[in-house]
Amino acid sequence: MARIRHPKDFIAGLIFVAFGVTAIVVGSNYTLGTAARMGPGYFPRVLGTLLILLGGALSVRSLWLQGSPLPSWRWRPTLVVLGSVVLFGLCIAPPRVFGVALPSLGLVLSTVILIMLSSSASTEFRPREAMVSSVLLAALAVGVFVIGLKLQLPIWPGQR
Amino acid sequence: MDLLGHLATGFGVALTPYNLLYALAGALVGTLIGVLPGIGPVATIAMLLPITYGMPPVSALIMLAGIYYGAQYGGSTTSILLNMPGETSSAVTCLDGYQMARKGQAGAALAVAALGSFFAGCVSTVFVATVAIPLSELALKFGPAEYCSLMTLGLIGSVVLAHGSLLKAIAMVVLGLLLGIVGTDVNSGTARFAFGIPQLIDGIGIVSVAMGLFGFAEIIANLESDEKRELIGAKVRTLWLSKEQFKEAWPAVLRGTGLGSMLGVLPGGGALLASFASYAVEKKIASDPSRFGKGAIQGVAGPESANNAGAQTSFIPLLTLGIPENAVMAMMVGAMTIHNIQPGPQVMTSNPALFWGLVTSMWVGNLMLVVLNLPLIGIWIKLLQVPYRVLYPAILLFCSIGVYTVSNEPFDVIQTAVFGALGILFLKLECEPAPLLLGFVLGPMMEENLRRALLLSRGDPTVFVTRPISLGLLLAAVALLVLIALPNLRKTREEAFVEAET
Repeated sequence: MARIRHPKDFIAGLIFVAFGVTAIVVGSNYTLGTAARMGPGYFPRVLGTLLILLGGALSVRSLWLQGSPLPSWRWRPTLVVLGSVVLFGLCIAPPRVFGVALPSLGLVLSTVILIMLSSSASTEFRPREAMVSSVLLAALAVGVFVIGLKLQLPIWPGQR
Repeated sequence: MDLLGHLATGFGVALTPYNLLYALAGALVGTLIGVLPGIGPVATIAMLLPITYGMPPVSALIMLAGIYYGAQYGGSTTSILLNMPGETSSAVTCLDGYQMARKGQAGAALAVAALGSFFAGCVSTVFVATVAIPLSELALKFGPAEYCSLMTLGLIGSVVLAHGSLLKAIAMVVLGLLLGIVGTDVNSGTARFAFGIPQLIDGIGIVSVAMGLFGFAEIIANLESDEKRELIGAKVRTLWLSKEQFKEAWPAVLRGTGLGSMLGVLPGGGALLASFASYAVEKKIASDPSRFGKGAIQGVAGPESANNAGAQTSFIPLLTLGIPENAVMAMMVGAMTIHNIQPGPQVMTSNPALFWGLVTSMWVGNLMLVVLNLPLIGIWIKLLQVPYRVLYPAILLFCSIGVYTVSNEPFDVIQTAVFGALGILFLKLECEPAPLLLGFVLGPMMEENLRRALLLSRGDPTVFVTRPISLGLLLAAVALLVLIALPNLRKTREEAFVEAET
């Protein structure tokens, strides 16, 4: 079996191919039309084909093109940062569960949760400092966004 | 003269107290994020887009434009004092700026960066004003075929500055185009690639894409590397230049301004390309190139003038042709679309107050920036002492609020997190996100023009090569591709990146 010499290119190529295949498979439900009268499926088909060609070339080329190994990936920062952002979205406007709309936690509490959780992603996490900064930022957020810019955000829990 | 009349209209708009305030806000925020490493103009504009909903379009654009050129001023401060780029376009300033700071000339370096930027800002404002009229007249002659070719050229141009292989960057462009057409097709009403998610029927929001790929991914990458920053040369004594320094610097400022203005207009150009090119030129023509990297003032004066000139002239293709040439301009397209302005040559004739107001506001903004950056330098230095562990959660908070308030939809926040994950994956695989963002913005426009061009030609694809302007644009795109692929140039391109990173 051929060895993969450029793992970054190889994986990137596979990702592009996957997007291309998805575009063509899902896009096959849309009317294709002709070049003169393009349907909604025409452009996606062209792009999908291009992606498969480009991604395929990238992956195949990686079998002999020399490249650096894959970098390490510390999962914690990714998970904690993105997780805290998603949690913020869900706290400020919770989704309906079994048709029941849950009350919002409000901007203040959501801010504290976001800051505390996301701060813990750093190797130099200091809980006290994060607490102080979360309170200050919550006040700032309310002042700037709700009072200053008059955005539609609930401040306290229960409001919607 | 006609131009003077236009400029008068522009100043009439830019000098109203309301717009002055927004220019100041943009300049302030721009300097702020310029100074702070780890957040760039693309993510910032994405963050602030939602709050521009309620503003008049001119004020919104004035503020957002101020962020881009303001960041060029702020970025130099961090490069000089911290030896790390506050903005990528100030990366080369580290080389000599930091060395100057170590020799106790931090004040001179900061002064020449700000004054050079101001000079470049003034010149390039005039440049934008003079070039805009003929260029938009030319653009009015463009049909759909020409637009298609022009967009192709623009997208190929975005590949020039991408790290890593050409193939990857082009694939990113195509992926961007594909993501751009998610949502309802305007001609048939088909909801494409919505996967049954109601929020996707309106398409993917540019705020989510930009903030995920540029904002979140950057923060995560910084957290993983946890490098220590040290503020050296924090003692800034006199913020002025000696006579000899002035004599050495001014020709470099002139060259940087000229080069930056030119490179700003080219597809793929902008602040970044301008600063790299200017540094290379200064080093090449210097009588003693060995001084570079050891605190040569030309190495600060040239690139810092060039990046500001490039930042401003990169508005030319956007305002006259409607084509964004870099990721920041792609965000400006997003801003204009929000306010129901179709970027293109018609903006100047149908909405002269907006066009000239924006152009003249750049000069006003530059004046404000000199004031903000020189006497207030102490405040920005203080800001640099805030540790990153405190800073990034705050950035995340403002990003999250920004994304949520686009349409008060938690789905948008989740969508942004998905793009954040994609962004960090791309970062690991060395796939630049900028070409993707450009493709994303141009996706719907490209499809529409392709459709029209082929409808008019009854499906004959040769229309792109039989019309002279279209052919010329396509040839330019091919030439650009060949140029990038040439082994010689590729080597220097890679060297430029390496040099900037070390």
